[in-house]
Amino acid sequence: MTDTTLQAEKGTSLWEDAWRRLKKNKLALFGLGLLSSFVVIALLTPWIAPYAYDAQNLDLGATPPSAAHWLGTDIFGRDLLTQIMYGGRISLAVGFVATAVALLIGVSWGAIAGYLGGRVDAVMMRIVDILYALPFMIFIVLLMVVFGRNLLLLFLAIGAVEWLTMARIMRGQVQSLRKQEFVEAAISLGLAPATIIRRHLVPNALGPIIVYTTLTIPSVMLLEAFLSFLGLGIQPPKTSWGLLISYGAETMEEYPWLLIFPGLALTLTLFALNFLGDGLRDALDVRRSAD
Amino acid sequence: MWRFVIGRLLQAIPVIFVVITATFFLVRAAPGGPFDAEKAVIPEVKAALERQYRLDLPLHEQYFAYLGDLMQGDLGPSFKYPGRSINELIESGLPVTAELGAYALLIALVVGGLSGILAALRPNTLQDYIPMSLAMVGICMPTFLLGPLLVLLFGIELDWLPVSGWGDIPGDKLMPSITLGAAYAAYVARLSRAGMLEVLSQDYIRTARAKGLPEWQVVIKHGLRGGMLPVVAFLGPAFAGLLAGSFVVETIFQIPGLGRFYVQAAFNRDYTMILGTTVFLSTLIVLFNLLSDIVAAWLNPRLRAQLSE
Repeated sequence: MTDTTLQAEKGTSLWEDAWRRLKKNKLALFGLGLLSSFVVIALLTPWIAPYAYDAQNLDLGATPPSAAHWLGTDIFGRDLLTQIMYGGRISLAVGFVATAVALLIGVSWGAIAGYLGGRVDAVMMRIVDILYALPFMIFIVLLMVVFGRNLLLLFLAIGAVEWLTMARIMRGQVQSLRKQEFVEAAISLGLAPATIIRRHLVPNALGPIIVYTTLTIPSVMLLEAFLSFLGLGIQPPKTSWGLLISYGAETMEEYPWLLIFPGLALTLTLFALNFLGDGLRDALDVRRSAD
Repeated sequence: MWRFVIGRLLQAIPVIFVVITATFFLVRAAPGGPFDAEKAVIPEVKAALERQYRLDLPLHEQYFAYLGDLMQGDLGPSFKYPGRSINELIESGLPVTAELGAYALLIALVVGGLSGILAALRPNTLQDYIPMSLAMVGICMPTFLLGPLLVLLFGIELDWLPVSGWGDIPGDKLMPSITLGAAYAAYVARLSRAGMLEVLSQDYIRTARAKGLPEWQVVIKHGLRGGMLPVVAFLGPAFAGLLAGSFVVETIFQIPGLGRFYVQAAFNRDYTMILGTTVFLSTLIVLFNLLSDIVAAWLNPRLRAQLSE
C-alpha cells in the first residue's frame, strides 16, 4: 500500500466505483447483509446461543417450534436453533478456510506460471490440466475413508481440489498484465520477481480473484454438506448443516422441522453467496473466464 | 480432427494411469489389514486368505499384478462379499445408475435448455426472470435436501409417488430422476441463456433475420448450434457431478445402483471394492470428459477449421 500516490488514487477510485455499482444491486446487497449477519452470529454463538450445545432434555423429546425453543427440539430434546448455530460455525469455517487454502495455492501457482512463462508455464499448466481431468469428488470420498474423517484433512482435501480454476484465472490475468508498462518499469528497476508478483500483479488482478472466491465458497460448503450427509464428513459430537440435514431426513416423517430449518440455513447462505458473487462480477466488471 | 481426437485419447491414458496408481497406493496406505478385525480367524486361514487376495506379496508385486488384472478387465474380488467379484457388482449396479443418470440428464437438457432459450429470446422480461429465479433456487438447493423435501411433499403429505425403490412400482423412477436432474437443469438453463444471448447478438444472426427467415428458423438453425456450445462443454464435468449425485440419490431412495455400492463400500471399508469402483468410475469420468471435449470442438466451427488444417 506504499506505492506511488498515483497508483493509490487510481486504486481507491476503482473500488469506490465498484461499491457504488454494487449498492445499486438489491439482491447482492441482500446477500452481503445476510452473509455478514450469519458470520457475526457464527462468531458470537458461544455467547448468544439460547442453550448449551450439549444440553439434552430426554423427557422433552422432539417438539415443534415454540416460545422456549424457537425452531423446536430434536429427539434428544436438544434445542434446534442452538444446533444450527453451532453447525453454522463449522459449515462456514469449512467454506472460508478451504477457500482460503484454494486461494493461496491457486493465486501463487497461476501468478508464477504466468509471470515466468515459457517452459515453466507449460509444465505448470500441464499439471493443472491433468489434475483437472481427475475425478476429485471420488478421490475426496476415498481420502475420507482411508485417513479417517478429520476436519483438517477435509479443509486440505477440498482446498486442494478448488485451486485449479483459480490458478487458470490468475495466469490469464498475469499474462496480460505482464506486457503493460508499469510491470516492465518494475522489471527494469530491478525488483525481484516475487516482489513484482506480490506488489504489482496480485493487486491488479484482485477483481477476478474476489469474484471467483465468492463463488468458490458456496461450492466448498456444498461439498462439505454432501460429505457430511453421506456420513463421510463432519462427525458427531461436532455438527454441521449437512449433518443436521442428514439427521433431519431420517426423521422427517414425524418431525419435518428438523429437516426444514437446517436446510433453510444452508440454502439461504448459498443464495446469499451466489447473489453476492454475481453482483460483484457486475460491479467489478469481470468478464466470464476465458475457458 | 482425427489428430485432435487421438491427441486427446493419448492425454487421457496418463490420467487414467495416475488414477489407478494413486488409488491403489492410497487404499493400501489405509491403516489395518482387511482381515485384522476378525480376531477369531486362525493364522492358517488368515494366511490362506491373504494368499488368495495376494496380500502376502511385496507391495510393488501386488501393484503390477493388479495392473495385469486390470488389463484383462478384471477388477478383483470383494473383501466383504466373499465369492462375488467387483465385476459382478458393477454389472448389476451400472445399468440402474446409467438409467437414473440418463433420465436426470434428459430432464436437465430438456427443461433447462428450453427455459434457457426462452429466457434468452425475451431478456429482462418475466419470461426471463421466472425461469432464471427458479434456476437460482435449483443451484442453491442441494440434491440431498431437495430429495428428502420432495419425498416429504409428494411421497408422504400428498401420497402421489412412491418414496423408494427402482422399477418395483410404476412411477417410482420419477422422483429420483427429478432430484438428480434439478441442479443440472438449473445450470443448463443459465448456460444456454448466456450462450444464446451471445450468439443472437452476432452479425450472422442479423444477416439471417435480414434475409427474411422466420424467427424460429433463425433460432433453431443458426442460433442453437453456437448457443449450445457452453452446455456441451459443461456436460463432461456434469457427468462427474451426476455420478457423485447418484451416491446421494441412490442412498435416499434406496436404489441398488453403483453409487450406493460405493457409499456402502466406503462404510464397510471394503478396500478392494473401493479400489475397483474408484478405478471404474474414474475411467468413466475421464472418458466422458474426453467425449464432451471432442463434441464441443466439433460443434465449434472456428476450432474445427483450425483442427482440420
